[in-house]
Amino acid sequence: MEHYYQREIETAPREQIRALQNERLLATVRRVYERVPLYRGRMQAAGVTPDDIQSVDDLKKLPFTYKQDLRDTYPYGMFAVPMKDVVRLHASSGTTGKQIVVGYTANDMEVWSDCCARSIVAAGGSAEDIVHVSYGYGLFTGGLGMDAASKKVGAATIPVSSGNTQRQITILKDFRSTILCSTPSYALHLAEALRESGASKKDLSLKAGIFGAEPWTNEMRRELEEQLGLKAFDIYGLTEIIGPGVAFECGEQTGMHVNEDHFLIEIIDPDTGEVLPEGTQGEIVFSCITKEAFPILRYRTRDIGLITRKPCPCGRTLVKMTKPRGRTDDMLIIRGVNVFPSQIETVLLEQGYTANYRIIVDRSQNLDSVDVEVEIGSELPSDTVKGLDRQEKALEEALRSLLGISAKVKLLEPNTIERSQGKAVRVVDKRKLLD
Amino acid sequence: MIQQLSVFLQNEPGKLAAITTALAEGGIDLRALSIADTTDFGILRMLVSDAAKARAILEQKRYSASVTAVTIVAVPDVPGGLAGVLTILAGAGVDIEYMYSLIGRGEDRAYMVFRATDGAKLLETLAANGIATVSNEELGIR
Repeated sequence: MEHYYQREIETAPREQIRALQNERLLATVRRVYERVPLYRGRMQAAGVTPDDIQSVDDLKKLPFTYKQDLRDTYPYGMFAVPMKDVVRLHASSGTTGKQIVVGYTANDMEVWSDCCARSIVAAGGSAEDIVHVSYGYGLFTGGLGMDAASKKVGAATIPVSSGNTQRQITILKDFRSTILCSTPSYALHLAEALRESGASKKDLSLKAGIFGAEPWTNEMRRELEEQLGLKAFDIYGLTEIIGPGVAFECGEQTGMHVNEDHFLIEIIDPDTGEVLPEGTQGEIVFSCITKEAFPILRYRTRDIGLITRKPCPCGRTLVKMTKPRGRTDDMLIIRGVNVFPSQIETVLLEQGYTANYRIIVDRSQNLDSVDVEVEIGSELPSDTVKGLDRQEKALEEALRSLLGISAKVKLLEPNTIERSQGKAVRVVDKRKLLD
Repeated sequence: MIQQLSVFLQNEPGKLAAITTALAEGGIDLRALSIADTTDFGILRMLVSDAAKARAILEQKRYSASVTAVTIVAVPDVPGGLAGVLTILAGAGVDIEYMYSLIGRGEDRAYMVFRATDGAKLLETLAANGIATVSNEELGIR
């Protein structure tokens, strides 16, 4: 039987959600116009006033917000409430440039934990559960976000945070954790460490995993489910919007329900900015309609995906977004062919390889070259040089025929690619160093 | 047929030492060893006192390994002994993937490890030509 955390809104008729969205959007637009100079300036420049926004249909009249805007207004320029109303600050890792700071009011914290609690309950979680949170605790939103949600559900929350893998294994076994929250790559690392310690999924009590904060494929989902003996659920979010819980997966595992009573989703053409119809792939754009401290509108996530309003058998009426296929800035252009690392991962897993791989892109004499390094499994597929060469060639051929790229494949020993405790680094683009 | 252990090696200093140390700690005795190497990787092939146990130790230590059936041929230990055996096998169309020699030998026989694409055909040809093979009992391995 399907469980909901907030049944009324999660299964509300479309018209009711729509009415709520209209009301909330109008109020938010009015508020940011009054309180956030950047928005007032942008709207004035575009010749738009809050009165021009009468419903969600008018959203497209508003200008976009870019990551650079958040950097330019660092640290508090986008805040729409005085500091006395802010109860929490989080920040992005700053790996791709200057970090950004986001704020939450007490009400924002409630909304956030509700959104994440919907995910935990959709994954079958309840007060009976023991929730093991391996996301980092601190400025990163993952740890504390899932922590607050787990508490809301009433589950026993283990704030393990990231790192110290051996200790995590001990805790998973001894504390009998039933739900694991982590990045998918770290979950895979935990599975490996479990095997290495001579134990198996039979020694664990996990029933569900809620994995997010980085793109992952359905093939990786199957690996995680098989190796850890759990059902793997996707969760989506970004610091700029609220953190984890912007969208969450139900038991159908066919995409994530967007918490549309708080966040509006649009899919746009990243080049023209034009809104694309349902079912068409494009850049995902979010608008916050209930956030008080940091309400950003039409934020360009740079994630690529699509949405569907087809009714979901789980009973939720919230719109679904697919797993992001990648980010516009992760997309590799190899000799003119567009490739996402996730597509390479899909081919690797389909060909029986592990999800431990590295893509190295380089350029020599104006020609792009791609090396795909992948760890082989514990069973050596052939014990002759000829046989292993053939394996490499077969994988190169699969990459060529399925993705249209010519890559050089190199097999590596198991456990040689550095495991990340947080977001995995899959791509080394040496071309950027040349710019 | 005898179980041989093959291990995938990245070409890095210290790898061989790490593997042999791990096996030594598990009380595994090495009876024969050979390495095939390319610019990118190597394959270490070994006859050990207990292939299944060695395989488990290496799995635990996160190596990629496999167990393959090979044949130990007792080659006459005289000039031309090996050439004679190989000529017979070639004549019968037995395709040898690789071979290497064993540490220690019989009285007037040198022991060679043979891996053929068709193991059964190799055994048949050896038997038909009166060339002896060596069993695991004789080598004291399992």
